[in-house]
Amino acid sequence: MASEKLFGLHATALQLRSQRMMMLASNIANAATPNYKARDIDFAKALDLAQQGASTEGAISYRVPVQASLDGNTVEMATEQTAYAENALAYRSSLAFLSGRINTLSRALKGE
Amino acid sequence: MSNFSVFDISGRAMSAQLVRLNTTASNLANAGTVAGSEAGAFRSLKPVFRTVMDDHGRATVQIDQVTTSKMAPSKRHDPSNPLADADGNVWEAAVDSAAELVEMVETARQYQNNVQVLETAKGLINETLRMGQ
Repeated sequence: MASEKLFGLHATALQLRSQRMMMLASNIANAATPNYKARDIDFAKALDLAQQGASTEGAISYRVPVQASLDGNTVEMATEQTAYAENALAYRSSLAFLSGRINTLSRALKGE
Repeated sequence: MSNFSVFDISGRAMSAQLVRLNTTASNLANAGTVAGSEAGAFRSLKPVFRTVMDDHGRATVQIDQVTTSKMAPSKRHDPSNPLADADGNVWEAAVDSAAELVEMVETARQYQNNVQVLETAKGLINETLRMGQ
């Protein structure tokens, strides 16, 4: 893949970060839904699978709650918020790497 | 349901939380009201949340139904009340004010969480649009 050569694994990483963001947003949205089971993506595993060209479904797993709640909901706000913040930061750093790469390339193309 | 964006996920969760806040408000507004019969007394409302999944494993939430609580209205003997029945009884609304207040605080918190999620995601999307510029 051409983008693979140009951007390394950051293109894939950005996609996975965005997927994980959706999943964490889903968890936070369902914080008050009885019997909702929180899920998360194991990022390292997902990146491995994506680089082998496999589906990232295998990296998704259910969260094990620290303390089970009576209504069967396994969303723990502290966990979800921390994961969301960490994921947003990682997304931003992938973005910075990509931006740097694009700048380098366009400078090379312009011959500055 | 095919493909949720983060705006669908958090936006719909916010609207569900808003319905919950509205029911809490109407419960609190009706706390302390009396009626002339047990059937006519106000019973507190409670929304039931349900998960909605899309094809990609993302989930948002919607209000399945708004149920009325099973708590029975309490009978009070008050012959001077103009609403009292032949025996001089009135029925007070079945509302647990303390529980409603707790519900209100929790709803506000979860609404805020969704707003924060949306704001962060919006910022990231904006930065992605400006990538390489």
